[in-house]
Amino acid sequence: MAHSVIHAIYTDDDVLMNAVKEVKKKHLHINEIYSPFPVHGLDKAMGLAPTRIAITAFMYGCLGLTVAIVMMNFIMIEDWPQDIGGKPSFSYIENMPAFVPIMFELTVFFAAHLMVITFYMRSKLWPFKKAENPDLRTTDDHFLMEIDADGQNAQELADFLVTTGATEINLVANEEA
Amino acid sequence: MYTLSKNLKLSAIIFMVVGAVLFAVDYVMLPKSTADIEAMEAAHGGGHGDTAHEVDGGTHTEKGHSTEIHGESNHASGVAHGDSQLADSHDGDHADGGHVMSKEEHLEHTLHQYQNKPWSAIYIAAFFFFMIALACLAFYAVQYVAQAGWSPLLLRVMEGITGYLLPGSIIMFVLLALSGFHLNHLFHWMDPDLLVEGGDKYDKLIAGKSGYLNVTGLLIRAAVFIAGWNIYRFFAVKFSKNQDEGADNRWHKKSFKAAAGFLVFFIYTESIMSWDWIMSLDPHWFSTLFGWYVFAGMMVCAITVIAMVTIYLKSIGLLENVNDSHIHDLAKFMFAFSIFWTYLWFSQFMLIWYSNIPEEVTYYITRIEDYNLPFFGMLAMNFVFPLLLLMNSEYKRINWFVMMAGVVILLGHYLDLFNMVMPATVGKSWSIGFVEIGSLMFFFGLFIFVVFSSLAKRPLEPKRNPLIEESKHFHY
Repeated sequence: MAHSVIHAIYTDDDVLMNAVKEVKKKHLHINEIYSPFPVHGLDKAMGLAPTRIAITAFMYGCLGLTVAIVMMNFIMIEDWPQDIGGKPSFSYIENMPAFVPIMFELTVFFAAHLMVITFYMRSKLWPFKKAENPDLRTTDDHFLMEIDADGQNAQELADFLVTTGATEINLVANEEA
Repeated sequence: MYTLSKNLKLSAIIFMVVGAVLFAVDYVMLPKSTADIEAMEAAHGGGHGDTAHEVDGGTHTEKGHSTEIHGESNHASGVAHGDSQLADSHDGDHADGGHVMSKEEHLEHTLHQYQNKPWSAIYIAAFFFFMIALACLAFYAVQYVAQAGWSPLLLRVMEGITGYLLPGSIIMFVLLALSGFHLNHLFHWMDPDLLVEGGDKYDKLIAGKSGYLNVTGLLIRAAVFIAGWNIYRFFAVKFSKNQDEGADNRWHKKSFKAAAGFLVFFIYTESIMSWDWIMSLDPHWFSTLFGWYVFAGMMVCAITVIAMVTIYLKSIGLLENVNDSHIHDLAKFMFAFSIFWTYLWFSQFMLIWYSNIPEEVTYYITRIEDYNLPFFGMLAMNFVFPLLLLMNSEYKRINWFVMMAGVVILLGHYLDLFNMVMPATVGKSWSIGFVEIGSLMFFFGLFIFVVFSSLAKRPLEPKRNPLIEESKHFHY
């Protein structure tokens, strides 16, 4: 099925922000915005749902803490409770201060690394991934807003986008989608 | 402009009066002679140590752990603390690291602990509120030096809280001077008999430190520090007033320079103050990290109080430009400094626990054995509670959440101070009874009264601070 989108190109992030608000007011659906750098407040203007990655990080941290405790309890207390320099290895709690550095580090390690991997998976980033640039200039100094053009009067839409400050408007027929 | 409401004034006075009455009532009830102690211990059936830690839990004094203090100082403190070797029976003598304490000595020892109780209670409460004002002043200076754009709206709140610095530090000085004049026995090293070579109570370790630890030196240092802090406070307030009325930013630049100078002075004096006023209560013990540790606790309390006063003023319709992002930032500071405090607490504890050197480890052994609940309880209140409560970004914006976390943090740091002071002064005879609560209430009332009177003196919003516009539109 032929699927067409409009690419509106902006050269300034303030103009882009205003354009997003205008487009939202008209209840047009923004597919995607490409920007060379983070634009503060863009996600709010677009109405994107807040990220839940901090929650995953918290859970990964709890997992890391559990791994550290279970590991050291098994190794140092249950499996072979040796007397090493007079440290009390009768129970986990008695020897706990010695384990805290490892508990802390593993918590941080799990939280950080698993969160980063989660980020890569959710945003579909990996080595040898084919880059998805609709326009190479968006990696340098241009901003691109992609709007669904199906069932819309393309000319009318283009005229409206020009009024929001777009410097260039392209109608793209997207065969893959 | 804030005006001190009648209700607040009245509540502050009620707190002071009730606190003083509670203190007086309990003070009268405390044992005054060895006969009282004997009767008290007999009434408890010659108890087996580990029952309740109540107001009159006198049976605890058995094992004579607090060897650094009162009359047993003629042996190195480290030897005594292998708990198992200590006699547990109530009647008859008991061995304490080779020093045999007769029944009379035991009663005398316990009596000394009870005589220290009200003094320690006042000392802790006075220091607790004093340190809030002092750390608030340091935080205030940091805002100037860092040229923080978010905080100028809160500078007047901080100035108000530091209003307690002058009365608070004078009270501290008077308390130290009273100890120096031997009206109490909080600081064991102040006993001149300890320095008499060949004497009954000669303490080689303390005698060796007497070049630093002597009453004259302590009072001179305290006077210099207190003068320095108060002079900075005086000029900081004056400069900000001038800046409000001035035509250029000359006074703001002066504030900046004064703050930078003060911070250098502060970090040295704060460190020495913590050795003088707190660490020297255990004159046989030392820790290099102690100054930082006290500092971290002070900072948490100060920031918490700033947040609570701000929320209060906001709730009565003042400070209309303060938004939830400001509260969010303060709550972040509360959270981060709580963790910083825990980091220092643990670093101090773990290094000493791990190496287990007798002369250092007695400090923690007395605390873990005799102060188990306050010792670990305050760790939960100061670390686990704020960690879980203030981690969520949304919660840091909810006022009652920040208030609730603040109350727990403040109580936790009171307990922290309690754990630093009490084991050295009253040993096992501790309790959280009317003397402690009474003196805490008294100083709380005084603090509220002074802080809010001081807030009422000036408009709550700086007029011509160069960063005030940024602060008004601060958004996180």
